[in-house]
Amino acid sequence: MEEKFKITSVVSVCNNRIWLNGKLAFESKEPDVARFLLSAFQNLKISYPKFYKMDGLSKLGWIAAEYLLNDKPGFAFNDNFSAGMVLANKNASLDADLKYYQTVASIPSPALFVYTLPNIVMGEISIRHKLKGENAFFIQEEFDADFIAQYVQGLLNNNILQSCICGWVDLLNEDYKAVLMRVEKNGEGVEFTSQNMLTYF
Amino acid sequence: MVMEKLMEDLKTQIVEQLNLQDVKPGDIGNDDPLFNEGLGLDSIDALELIVLLQQHYNIKLLNAEEGPKVFYSVRSMAEYITTHQKANP
Repeated sequence: MEEKFKITSVVSVCNNRIWLNGKLAFESKEPDVARFLLSAFQNLKISYPKFYKMDGLSKLGWIAAEYLLNDKPGFAFNDNFSAGMVLANKNASLDADLKYYQTVASIPSPALFVYTLPNIVMGEISIRHKLKGENAFFIQEEFDADFIAQYVQGLLNNNILQSCICGWVDLLNEDYKAVLMRVEKNGEGVEFTSQNMLTYF
Repeated sequence: MVMEKLMEDLKTQIVEQLNLQDVKPGDIGNDDPLFNEGLGLDSIDALELIVLLQQHYNIKLLNAEEGPKVFYSVRSMAEYITTHQKANP
């Protein structure tokens, strides 16, 4: 018999606002996405020099995960290998790809090159929160809730993970959106279903 | 004096090239280690320092084994630049 899992927390980032569990957690009137993400980072009042070096997609996912996981402790339990991540987006790492391509004409930038893969955002989140469990990143035209729900349920049902961050992190030029959810075997929240996931978009 | 000016320029260029937003050029000592216990730079930063040498001083670091010695500190970088600019004016 398959277990039922819970969405225990949800964060969404779009239109210069960060919403945590339906409540406005941060708002800024910065004129572009780069300055918005920087102001959201500064609002956290933490020292993390690596943030400045990340590409836009990684900054977006990193900020979203920071709000999501700092909301309640215990996501990774005592075993970091039981906490993982399943994310998706539409534009892969195209934002970083284009910026890197602009440097190729002169001297290619190694610092930009390392972000020319979309799954690097998961690496940045994993390093920050010491998550060592299974992860996967999918490119989809739009958020395929049925697919993501099935994939995450498989990881949880087979005890590959005990908890999982899942959702959408997409950024290209000035268009961006992140919706991340904590899905856990233990905890309080709404049932983890594709229908419930879609209500957060 | 030329050496001092070169080291001050390098500090500004390092902060800009490596996007060290929490560090001011004046915070970097001439002999401070740039990696490990110093500025805490990583392997990607090392590649960016190679790009910096090429972009600003037209110097290509051809022998990777020289890297740790050349990029040990701002002074070692400045000495390497001075030597190679004299060799290839």
